[in-house]
Amino acid sequence: MLTIEQLSLRLPHYGTGYAAWWKRSWATCLDNLSLHFLTGEVHALVGASGAGKSLLAYAIMGLLPASARLNGQLCYQGQLLDKRSQKTLRGRELALIPQSLNALDPLVRTQRQVAWAAERAGQSSGSARQSARQALDHYRLDTRAQQAYAHELSGGMARRVLTAMAHVSQAQLVIADEPTVGLDPHQRQRVLAALRDLADQGKTVILITHDLRHALPIADRVTIMRSGKLIETAPAHAFQGTGRSLTNAYSQALWLALPDNAFTLPKPCAASIADKAAGIKAQQEISVA
Amino acid sequence: MALDVRLINFITQELAQGIAKRLARLTLVLLCVALVSFGLMMASPIDPIDAYLGPQMAQVSPEQRELIAQRWGFDAPPVVQFSHWLRQLLSGDLGWSHVYNQPVSEVIGQRFQRSIALLGGAWLLSALLGFSLGVVAGAKEGSTLDKIISTYAYITASTPAFWLAILAVLLFSVFLGWTPTCCAGPTGILSQQVSLAQRLHHLVLPIATLALLGIANITLHTRHRMLEFMRSEVATHAFAQGASRLDVAWRHGIRHACLPAMTLAFASLGELFGGSILIEQVFAYPGLGQATVAAGLRSDIPLLLGIALFTALFVSIGNLMADSLYGVIDPRIKLGDL
Repeated sequence: MLTIEQLSLRLPHYGTGYAAWWKRSWATCLDNLSLHFLTGEVHALVGASGAGKSLLAYAIMGLLPASARLNGQLCYQGQLLDKRSQKTLRGRELALIPQSLNALDPLVRTQRQVAWAAERAGQSSGSARQSARQALDHYRLDTRAQQAYAHELSGGMARRVLTAMAHVSQAQLVIADEPTVGLDPHQRQRVLAALRDLADQGKTVILITHDLRHALPIADRVTIMRSGKLIETAPAHAFQGTGRSLTNAYSQALWLALPDNAFTLPKPCAASIADKAAGIKAQQEISVA
Repeated sequence: MALDVRLINFITQELAQGIAKRLARLTLVLLCVALVSFGLMMASPIDPIDAYLGPQMAQVSPEQRELIAQRWGFDAPPVVQFSHWLRQLLSGDLGWSHVYNQPVSEVIGQRFQRSIALLGGAWLLSALLGFSLGVVAGAKEGSTLDKIISTYAYITASTPAFWLAILAVLLFSVFLGWTPTCCAGPTGILSQQVSLAQRLHHLVLPIATLALLGIANITLHTRHRMLEFMRSEVATHAFAQGASRLDVAWRHGIRHACLPAMTLAFASLGELFGGSILIEQVFAYPGLGQATVAAGLRSDIPLLLGIALFTALFVSIGNLMADSLYGVIDPRIKLGDL
């Protein structure tokens, strides 16, 4: 579906104060990534903040700032992705569910925005309006929410509107950038189930998240990233027990660090983690006192 | 149904309260404007009697001067003069202009009729043109069109109005002979007999020069807001949906750029008034601006106060309109909040 080959991304980094006039160094944000996304899978990109997950999404969509330097290749369904093909594929084949709720236009009613998204995907204005209504109904937004402005929606509702906008485009590749931030468990389940649904319909979903625990139930494969580098790609079922089938120590540690797993660990390891937790707690208490 | 009625009641109540609050504020503003202009006139070195008499000053004896002073009330202390004027104002009388020998309200009425064509034309032109130029320039940062428009805007923004007016007269009226050099109609014809075409012909140049200055300001601010918007998350999201630059600018950008442009357009009403004084002077256009200059130079206090009040009222109403229009464009702003 989508193949990434030796992708590197550098962004300019300017000096501070007067040095900003002449000093410019390059920060490597993505370092030699090679990845393959399959049709019909939910592929989770997991990593800490600043690991380069969102930048990878922007690189795929072709929405990087003009100053970015990109090396390597992106291939979408056997076709090389460059600036021009990205422009034609955006909205029709590639869709992005943005991380920030501020991506909704505060001056335009919800339904209208979704209809615009459908129009941009190539629908006529009449059918766009209809599919917008259907998509919003699908995500259980009632008529009042459909006629509301962004500031009148709750966080969960706004998330669902953003998801509906990606849904309505009928894109084959959906990139969801941290779609569960700030949602309660119930809402989170709903959003994740909606993404799973998309994959079951034969679309490819890239789920960007920093929370391995929430990604695992719906993901087919998981890629762990760390400071711009690819650590490991593993099937979701590799994350179980003590994580022995994971090849990399960092992904193993990430898996074991989940709160549920502290209890399934072999005794000495669990003890050391528990000791550490106790030590941190004690330090905090001291500093508070 | 009952809920609807209650809602409507609530809204009208809120609206009535808002209007009452604004009216009170407006009265206070007008009073302050009157007080300050009166104070400034009192401090001005121009003697109203000398200004009234003009060249005949030497032929008038001190006794006659005193009689004139008594007749116009110049001998009374300033506080008495002001309170007298205020009392008359409350009964709806703006006083008598000794420069034009006419009631002040009549002078303002006649003059404003001519000025409104100049002001309104210049205002509309600067708002519409300024906004569209700003949107076009801001939609694509760094494009040739953007460079041309911003260079033009920077140059006109730093040009004084009267200087531009003089150059325009030199070029279009004297050198090319396309437009008349003065007045609101051809000389030697009664103002009732001037045709619409003649009026417009006389208005073109003053409107163009007056608008040119407003355009630059509005263009620069609109452009800035557009640049900001095109880098915002909303724009990026729209691009991610496959929208073209034109689509993003047209559907989203214009709404976002509307607010600063509107604020500026309505706030510039006052500036436009100030600019029109100079422009009317250069083009010898008999509008409110010329009346202001005459009233100031010849110490016609009732006329000057009347014009000051009228201008303040005009600008305040403009701002009120801008405030109420915000809510229409940005749903996050409601009239009650202001």
